[in-house]
Amino acid sequence: MRELIWLIPLIPLLSSVTLMLSSGKFPRLLIGLLGVGSVGSAALLTLALGLDFMANPEVVQLTLWTWMQVGSFAPGVAFYFDGLTLVMMSVITGVGFLIHLFSTEFMEDDVSYARYFAYLNMFVAAMLVLVMADNLLLLYLGWEGVGVCSYLLVGFWYQNSANGQAARKAFIVTRIGDTAMALGLLLLFTELGTLNIQSMVGAANESWQVGDTLPLVACLLLLGGAVGKSAQLPLHTWLPDAMAGPTPVSALIHAATMVTAGVYLIARTHGLFLLAPTAMVVVAIIGITTSLIAAFTALMQSDIKRILAYSTISQIGYMFLALGVGAWTAGIFHLMTHAFFKALLFLGSGAIIHCLHHEHNIFKMGGLRSKMPVTFWSFMIGSAALAALPMTSGFFSKDQILLEAYQFPDIGPWLWFAGLCGALLTAMYSFRLVFVVFFGQVKTEPDKDTGWRMALPLSVLCGLSLVGGYFIIPVESVFPMSTGTHPAHWVEYVSISVPLVGLLLAYLIFQSGQLRVDGLVNSAIGKIMRQFWLSGWGIDWLYERLFVRPYYAFASLLKAEPVDAVYGLVVTFNEALNGWLSQSQTGRMRWYITSMVAGLVVLVAVALQLSPEAI
Amino acid sequence: MDGLNIPLNHVLLVSSLLFVIGLLGLMIRRNIIFILMSLEVMLNAAALAFVGAGAYWGQPDGQVVFMLILTVAAAEVAVGLGLVLQIQRRFKTLDMDHANRMGG
Amino acid sequence: MLEITLFYTAATVALIATVMAMTRANAIHALIYLIVSLLAIAVIFFLIGAPFAAALEIVIYAGAIMVLFVFVIMMLNLGDKGDRQERQWLQPKVWAGPAVLATVLFIELLYVISTAEGPVSTTSVSAKEVGLSLFGPYVLAVEIASMLLLAGLVGSFHLGRRYLERDSFDVENSSARREAE
Repeated sequence: MRELIWLIPLIPLLSSVTLMLSSGKFPRLLIGLLGVGSVGSAALLTLALGLDFMANPEVVQLTLWTWMQVGSFAPGVAFYFDGLTLVMMSVITGVGFLIHLFSTEFMEDDVSYARYFAYLNMFVAAMLVLVMADNLLLLYLGWEGVGVCSYLLVGFWYQNSANGQAARKAFIVTRIGDTAMALGLLLLFTELGTLNIQSMVGAANESWQVGDTLPLVACLLLLGGAVGKSAQLPLHTWLPDAMAGPTPVSALIHAATMVTAGVYLIARTHGLFLLAPTAMVVVAIIGITTSLIAAFTALMQSDIKRILAYSTISQIGYMFLALGVGAWTAGIFHLMTHAFFKALLFLGSGAIIHCLHHEHNIFKMGGLRSKMPVTFWSFMIGSAALAALPMTSGFFSKDQILLEAYQFPDIGPWLWFAGLCGALLTAMYSFRLVFVVFFGQVKTEPDKDTGWRMALPLSVLCGLSLVGGYFIIPVESVFPMSTGTHPAHWVEYVSISVPLVGLLLAYLIFQSGQLRVDGLVNSAIGKIMRQFWLSGWGIDWLYERLFVRPYYAFASLLKAEPVDAVYGLVVTFNEALNGWLSQSQTGRMRWYITSMVAGLVVLVAVALQLSPEAI
Repeated sequence: MDGLNIPLNHVLLVSSLLFVIGLLGLMIRRNIIFILMSLEVMLNAAALAFVGAGAYWGQPDGQVVFMLILTVAAAEVAVGLGLVLQIQRRFKTLDMDHANRMGG
Repeated sequence: MLEITLFYTAATVALIATVMAMTRANAIHALIYLIVSLLAIAVIFFLIGAPFAAALEIVIYAGAIMVLFVFVIMMLNLGDKGDRQERQWLQPKVWAGPAVLATVLFIELLYVISTAEGPVSTTSVSAKEVGLSLFGPYVLAVEIASMLLLAGLVGSFHLGRRYLERDSFDVENSSARREAE
C-alpha cells in the first residue's frame, strides 16, 4: 500500500490532463465522473493509507526519481509521509471530494464545465504534491502550481474583465511572497547544503544556535512566502477580491486548502523556527494582528462571500498565532476544523447564491430559514463552529490555541486577550450573517432548492463540523510535545464564555433589535470608523497609492522608450550632421571658391607648421 | 638694366599681393565676366613670380614658363568667353549663382 | 637709382589699378583698369631684365586677351541695368568674410617669401636665350602648348555657335527648370 502513495496525486493530474485534451467535447456526465471520481479515488486511497498508518505508524519515504543533478545538489521527486502529511492529505482529498460533488450541481449550467474540472483537479494534484514533498524544491513546485491554478480559477469567468483583474491581483500579491520564499530557499541551500526537509532541519540544528541571525533571516523569508499564500498581513489584500471566482473554488482554495499552505509550510519546517524565537514571535504577532483587522472588517461587509473571505483571513491568523506560540498541534488541529466549517459555510453560501440567481448582498436576502432548510442548518452549525460555541469542533481547536497562547512567556496574556476580542468579533459577525440572511422578511425568493448533490456535501460537512473536535490527529511524533501545565481555570471559563457573549450581542443588535446601535453608527465618528473598517483598514487604499500608481507611472514613462532614445540620439546626430553638411552643397560657385581658399589657407598653415624649412 | 638692386623679396611681395587681390575678386564678384577677369589677374601674378625667379637666377626658364602661362591663359579665355556667351543666351543673365543645379 | 624708383612706382600703379579693376561696376571700366595694370607689370618685367616677357605681356596679354574680353562684353550689351545690378551685389557683407580669408592667406605668403634674399637681377635675359631654350630643352612643352591652343580654338568655336539651342540638351524646358518655377 505504501508504495502506491504516488498514485494519489497522479490520478487527479491525469484526469485534469484528459479533461484539458478533451476540449470540452465529452458529455457532461463523463466530465463529472472524471472530475469527481478522480478526487474520490484519491480520497479512498488516502483513507486506505491512513488506516495502514494508524495500524503501523512508520514514516514513509518514497523517491520516484532524481529531478536534477547539479554538482552536489540532487533533489528528487520524492514523497515523505508522516502524520502531518496524512492530516493534510485527508483534508485535501476529503473536503475536496465533497466540493467537487457540490460543483457538479453548482456549475451545471456553465458552458466551460470541462475546463472547470480540469483546473480544479490540477489544483488538487498540485496541492497534494505540496504536502507530500520531502524537499523544499518539490514543495515549491506544488506551491507555484496551486498559485497558477488559483489564478486560473479566480479568473474562471474571464469574459468579465474585473474577474481577470482579481485573478491578476491574487497572483501578483502571492508572487511577492513566493519571491521571499525562493530567497529563503536559496539561503537555506547555501548555508545547509540540502533542501531535503528532514536533513535540512538536522543540519540546521548542528550548524546554528538558538537565536542566531541566519535562521532568523531564513525563517522570516519563509514567513514571507507563507504570509503571501495564506493571506496574512501585509499580503492579504488579494483574498477578498478573489471571491470573484466560482463559490466552490472559494470553498476549496480559499478556505480549506491553498491558504493553509502557508500554515503547513511553517509547521513542516518548525525545526527551523524553533531555532529563531524572534521569528516565532513575529509569526504570532502577524497572526493576531491580521485576525483582529479582518474581524473588524468582516463586521461591516454586506457581500456574503466577502464576509466569509475576511473570516478566513481572521481564522488563519489564529493558526499563525498558534504556530507562533509553539502550539503546533493546536495550529494544525484548527487548520483541519477550519477546513470543515469554512468549506461548509462557503458551500452554504454557494447554495444560496445558486438558488437566489446570483444575489450576493445579504441585506437583499432574508427569511430563508423556511425556504432552504438544509442550507439554514448548514449555516447554523457552521457559524456555531466558527464562533467556537461549546462542543463544536471550532470550540476545541480555538480553545486550545488560546490556552497555549496564554502560557507564552512575556506577551502571552496580551495575545490571549487580543484573541478573545477576535473571538467576540467572530461570533458577532458570523451570527450577524445568520440572522440577516435566514430570519426576518423574505426579500428575494429562491427559485429552487438545493439538489442532492449540494445537500449531501453540506450534510457531511455539518457532521464533521460537529464531531471533528473529537478527532485526535496523529501528529505526536511530528511535533515536540507542549508543556503539560495548565493555566488557571478562570482563563478557560472566560475563553468559553466570550463567544456566547458575542452571540448574545449579535442577537440583540440584528435580530431582536433591542440594542440600538444606530445612534452610534450614524454619528460622525461612527461613520468614519465604519468606512475605515469597511475598506479593510485602508490597506488597499494605501497599497494603491504606495505601489500601484508609482509603478504605472514608471511603466508609462518607460513606454516612451527612454533607453532607446539614447540610441536614437545617434540617429538624430547623424541626421543633423547630414543636414548641415548638405547645406554646403549650394551649387554656387562663389561658395565653392571660398571654401577652397579656406582649405588652402589651412593646408598652407599646417604645412608651415610641420616643415617650415621645406617651404 | 645691369646692377639693379631690387630685392627678390619685393618682387615676390608684389606678386603675392596681386594674387591675393585677384583671389578676393574671385570670391566676391557674382558676374562671370569679373570672375574671368580675376582669374587673369591671378595668372598674371603667378607669371610675375616666375619671371622674377628666372631673372634672379639669370636663366631663360622663367620666361619660358611665362610664355606657357600665357598660352594657357589665352586658351582658357577663349573657351571661357564662349561659355559666357552660352550662359547669357540660356539664363538671360550673367549671375553665377543662377547656374547652381546639376543635370536636367 | 632711377630704375628703383621706377620699379616701386610701377608696382604701386599695378596694385592700385588691379584694386580698381576688381571693384568697378561697369565691366568696360574694370577692363581698362586691368589693361593699365598689365602694362605696369610689363614695365616691371623690363626693369628686372626680362624684355622678351615684357613684350609678350603687352602684345599678347594686354593686346589680344583683353581685347577679346572687350569684344565679348560689348557683344553681350549689358548696359546700365548691368551696372546697377553689380552695385547691388557688392555689399559689405559679401566681401567681409572673403577679405579675412584673403588676408590670412597673404600673411602666410609673406611668411613664406620672407626667407628669400638677394637682388633680383644682375643681368638681363635676352630674347635670343629664351628662343634657344624654347627650341632646345623645352621643345616638348612648345608642342603641348600648341595642342592646347588647338583645343582652345576648337572648343571656343563650338561654344560660340549661335544655334546651340537645337541640340538635345535644352535648359529652358528641362524638368529641373520646371520644378524650380
